[in-house]
Amino acid sequence: MSKPNEGVEKVPLHLADPHHHKDAIGAKMGMWLFLFTELLLFGGLFLLYMAYRLQYTQDFVIAAKELNLMMGTINTIVLLTSSLTMALSIAAIQRNKKTLAIWMLVVTVAFALAFMVIKYFEWTAKIHHGIYPGSPDLLNMPNGEIIFYGMYYSMTGLHALHVIIGVVIILFMLVFLIRDKITQHDYIKLENAGLYWHLVDLIWIFLYPLFYLIH
Amino acid sequence: MTDNHNKEHHLIGYGTYFMIWLSLISLTVLTVSIAGVNFGSIALLIALLIAAIKSGLVINYFMHIKFDDIIFKIFFLVAMATLFAIFVLTSFDIFFR
Repeated sequence: MSKPNEGVEKVPLHLADPHHHKDAIGAKMGMWLFLFTELLLFGGLFLLYMAYRLQYTQDFVIAAKELNLMMGTINTIVLLTSSLTMALSIAAIQRNKKTLAIWMLVVTVAFALAFMVIKYFEWTAKIHHGIYPGSPDLLNMPNGEIIFYGMYYSMTGLHALHVIIGVVIILFMLVFLIRDKITQHDYIKLENAGLYWHLVDLIWIFLYPLFYLIH
Repeated sequence: MTDNHNKEHHLIGYGTYFMIWLSLISLTVLTVSIAGVNFGSIALLIALLIAAIKSGLVINYFMHIKFDDIIFKIFFLVAMATLFAIFVLTSFDIFFR
């Protein structure tokens, strides 16, 4: 008498055991739902921005002139390019090109750090000029300008926090890739990390014209 | 199960991603170069329109919503419609207070 599950032995564990079944669609769905909560978080700030901009149109124009358009534009290009390398990393692992996928992630992290370095110089220049939340110089300005810089620091600050979180997530993905936890047949982790990173890019696409391109 | 996942997955070529990136950079250059032009009150509208086109490219290709199941598209549209409704209702409140 043979055991009933004798023939099953050769089937990989994740196919035989329903508890090890990976549901890529479900995982992606969960990620998107999380991204929508992020969208509403930033959406609330954009809403506040809209309300204040309608109320203090002239002050916003004057205050925005102080922002460094060059740095904002370079950062836009840096972030867009990091989105490209993230997408290329996924495309590479789909084609089983592990080394290329790893390098694309390394480049993505490098761009993300470049973004943060530029942001650092931008903020320190502002702070050096006495413009930071609660500074005496800022408090002497009209209400609209105080609000503009309040929104500038909170929105780009929250965005920068997301960039840092994104870097940490990508570094984890890098380790997963190196250790073959992400493979050609199971790359949903990398895909979800990519979705997060593209959301960070997406938010910047709107922050950029709203803060740097006012005139 | 993994086969199933692969079959459902539309592979986007490297070249397509490069073209999308090139379009995104071009739109950025465009939005900077027309920022100096005095369009008056529609300047903000133009800047937002360009930002919307850019995000459309990112969402459709980089986030490949375009190639995903219909349920993802519905999800996305519901979320966007909610956000849009909040913005419209709030702006009514601001304009007609």
